[in-house]
Order: sequence, then C-alpha cells, then structure tokens
Amino acid sequence: MPNVMIRRKDDGGLLFYVAKKDMEETIATVETDTDEAWGGEVELTDGSRWFIDPISPPPQFPTTLRFKRAGD
Amino acid sequence: MASMTREETQDLIQEVLEVYPDKAKKDRAKHLAVNDQSIEQSKKCITSNRKSLPGVMTVRGCAYAGSKGVVWGPIKDMVHISHGPVGCGQYSRAGRRNYYVGHTGVNTFGTMNFTSDFQEKDIVFGGDKKLAKLIAEINELFPLVKGISVQSECPIGLIGDDIEAVSKKMSKELEKPIVPVRCEGFRGVSQSLGHHIANDAIRDWVIGNRDGDNSFETGKYDVAVIGDYNIGGDAWASRILLEEMGLRVVAQWSGDGTLSEMELTPKVKLNLIHCYRSMNYISRFMEEKYGVPWMEYNFFGPTKIAESLRKIAAFFDETIQANAEKVIEKYTAEYEAIVAKYRPRLEGKKVMLYVGGLRPRHVIGAYEDLGMEVVGTGYEFAHNDDYDRTIKEMGNATLLYDDVTGYEFEEFVKKVKPDLIGSGIKEKYIFQKMGVPFRQMHSWDYSGPYHGYDGFAIFARDMDMTINNPCWKSMQAPWQKPAEGEAEAVAAAG
Repeated sequence: MPNVMIRRKDDGGLLFYVAKKDMEETIATVETDTDEAWGGEVELTDGSRWFIDPISPPPQFPTTLRFKRAGD
Repeated sequence: MASMTREETQDLIQEVLEVYPDKAKKDRAKHLAVNDQSIEQSKKCITSNRKSLPGVMTVRGCAYAGSKGVVWGPIKDMVHISHGPVGCGQYSRAGRRNYYVGHTGVNTFGTMNFTSDFQEKDIVFGGDKKLAKLIAEINELFPLVKGISVQSECPIGLIGDDIEAVSKKMSKELEKPIVPVRCEGFRGVSQSLGHHIANDAIRDWVIGNRDGDNSFETGKYDVAVIGDYNIGGDAWASRILLEEMGLRVVAQWSGDGTLSEMELTPKVKLNLIHCYRSMNYISRFMEEKYGVPWMEYNFFGPTKIAESLRKIAAFFDETIQANAEKVIEKYTAEYEAIVAKYRPRLEGKKVMLYVGGLRPRHVIGAYEDLGMEVVGTGYEFAHNDDYDRTIKEMGNATLLYDDVTGYEFEEFVKKVKPDLIGSGIKEKYIFQKMGVPFRQMHSWDYSGPYHGYDGFAIFARDMDMTINNPCWKSMQAPWQKPAEGEAEAVAAAG
C-alpha cells in the first residue's frame, strides 16, 4: 500500500509518483472519473494496475493518496 | 573514430564485463546500457540506485555527504554541526566551493567546520550532553547565527542518541531553530538518500515556520531558485538572468542561501529546480501543501538557456515573456562571439561524462553548442527518473553507465577514446596519466561559474584550454620518440 502522489502534468495527464520507488508513471485509465467521484481501478502506461476506493468529491491534485495493488 | 554502432557498443559492454565473476557480471550488466531514444522508460534498459558491488571501485558518497555536503552545508547563516567524530566534517570542509557573501565567522559560517569531535567516552556514555553544551557554546560565540542544524554521522545512529530531544530543548532555550538531521552515513546506497533525508528535515523543521505569518510582501513575479548550489558562483550567474527578465528571486536553495529565504519559499509563485535529483522532494511537497508549481530548467549553454527562459516566461504574463526575448537578444552577440571563437577549436571532439546529480544530462546541450558530442554519460547516484530524462538528451547508441566502477570506466575510455572526460577528482589523475584531457566537473575544476550566459563563456574557455593544451603532445618522453625522419616513415607506413 504505497503512498502515491498524483499531480497534473504539463500536458494535462495525471502523473503517478511513488517516492519510495522513484516511480514516475502516467495514468492511462481511471475506472471512475466523474464529477462526483474519482478512483477505483487505475491503470498506468506501463500496464500495472492499482486500486483505490473511489473518493467523493474528487480530490484536488496534487495530492497524496494510498493505493493498493490491484489484482493480487 | 566515427561514432559506434549499437552492436559495437553492446560488444564493448560485453567485453568489459568479461573479467568479472559470473555473479558480479550479472549484477553489473544491468547497470550498463546502450542508449536507445525510442525507449520511454529507463527501467527497461538500465538499473539504478542499487547497492554498489563489494570489491569494485565506486565513487559514491554517503547520506551524510548528501545532507551536510550538498543540501544543508551551503545555507550560510546557519551553523551545521557535524555531530560525531571529527573526520567527516574536516575532510569535507569547504571542498565544494559554494560561494557566498558575508563575513565568515561573524554572520556567515559556510567554510567553517563545527564538530562535536566524538571520543571513546561519548560513544560509551552517549553524546547528548555534549551536543547540548556545544549548541549553547555556538550561540554564545556566534550570536548572529540564525539557526543550527545537527548533521548526524554514523555513530549517532549506532549508539541511539536522541538528537531530536536535545534539539527541541535547546531550540526552546535559545529561541532559534535547531534542526536534527538523521543523515547517518550508513543509510541508503549513496548520497542520494542523504538528499532525501535533508529535504524531509527541511519539510519538518523549516518550511512551516512562517505559516500564517503574512508580513512578507509577496509579488506576482516571485520565484525561488532551487537546487543551485552556487558552485563557483553558478547561482549568481543564473539569478541575474531571471532578474533581468523581471522576476524577483526570493530564495536561493541552497548556494548563498539563508534560513529566512528557505522559510519564505512557500510564498513564491513558482519554484525553479535546477538539480532535480537533490531537491525534487521538497518541491513536490510545496506543490502539494502550498500549491506552488515547480518546473525543471537548464542553464548550461545558450540553446538550453533560451529554451528554459522561454519555458519559465510561459508561466507568467506577456511582460515577462517579452522581457525573456529581450534578455536572449541582449546576450546573443555575446554568446555568438564565444561560439565563433571556440567552436572551430572544439568541433567534433568527443566527451565522456561521469558525474552526479544533474550534470550528466544538463551539460550535454552546452557541449553541443560548441560542436562537441557526448558519447557516454553516467550518474553516480541517479534514480530511474533521472535516466528517463537522460535517454532523450543522449544520442542513439551512446553509452550509459550507472555507478560505473573504476575498472569499467578505464576500459570504456581505452576503447571509445574520447577527447575529453568530465568526472571527479578521484578519476582526474588516472586519466591525465593515461594522456586523456580531463575536467573535474564536480566543482568545475576550481573554475566557474558555468551556469548562464556568463558561465558559458568560462565553460567554453575551460574546455578549450583543457583539450587544446600543448601538454598532451608531450606525453611521450623525448628519448622514446622516434627520431626525425623516422616519424614520417612510421606515419607513411601506418
């Protein structure tokens, strides 16, 4: 369950940054991304999948959230 | 020699790895790579930030070096206590040439060494009392000190001293910030963790100090220069460009910086990061907590400077954007003259770099402005995100080496035959004795600044005087040289 910092990139995409792992990835898809909630399963451009319970109302980025690895 | 193909570079890596035992070979192979610009993520081609292999020569530092030497050390109006035995502080004292303005020993303390000088009894009975006494003594002897940081050396962590408690107590007593930094040398695999620990200490003990204090008048053009350590005056050469653009530089981190500048940084509009590796942590924190955006910039060589100035200006309004163009225009004649003078002397020369922090990728642009080519680069203590940023800067099929060992570096140089090597003092004399021109790129070989347009002039001159130095023609003893006439015969035959 790493702490993940999510911030907006210059091109508008969301950057998924895990400080402990120096992992900087772009988020490819988010399961729930509406005006009411943000979260669910998140897929990154490298193919890995992460999970967070949908947050309502959607968080303001940048912010730090706790993610779980999805699918295991 | 023309630049090498992908296969040749790969063969070279294999050849160099050949001498290692199997296990070591497997480990080192992951740290050496041929650059491929089509790769998006460096983790697919190179492994970094791993423990160095025992038995090989590495040039990495320790967490203490990263915290005291890099991040905290240059903050001039604080005293940084090297808490522990005397050596760590003494042998690293003033070696990094972080220039500053002030009266050393009165209101600034940059080049001085403060240590608790641990003895056997301190290890046995603990050093907390000594530390408290030392802090009180510093405050008495140097009343203008604005704050004190306690930089732990290895034994502090081993014997379990509670420096946090001492710092809190003394901070209350003296009414000055006292920052305990848990940067014991054994933490982590290189100085990189020291940077992180130092950033975390700044986050916990400094950044929030002026929350709710609105006495500082903010402006809409406030920026902070982060990760410029003013080596040989670098930060000054950068700062004037930003100021000419109409921006107000509120803080310099940490070269020629002060404690109050750091405390004011959350109030700026934009954080400009030069050394991403050592200061990205605190910038990310400020973005999250205070909503201060950050961006990376590069002030090495006119191409990158112009690019960065425009990128910075894009954050602000049209006045600044117009000013940025004016600044670029103002210096055009100056740098064109430099390029015209030195480019013919340096055109086509090949460079290999092996340094730390930001330089293995940032200086590439400056060399290219002089018509030189960087054929190999590597970091001492980079992480994956650094290599992500490097892949695009380097040419295809060039060498990448992470935490290169002394042996590997020598072999690479023998095969690649660069015209110049830029690395540290530990490599300098080996390569000079091998007859290869060398610049010590950690503190600019006692020259500098290299940042900004002013720095580029010095950079170009230094590279020229190193590569085109007549001494490289005298590498052979006179009696070993072929006699006159014989030389031509050899040349004709060869």
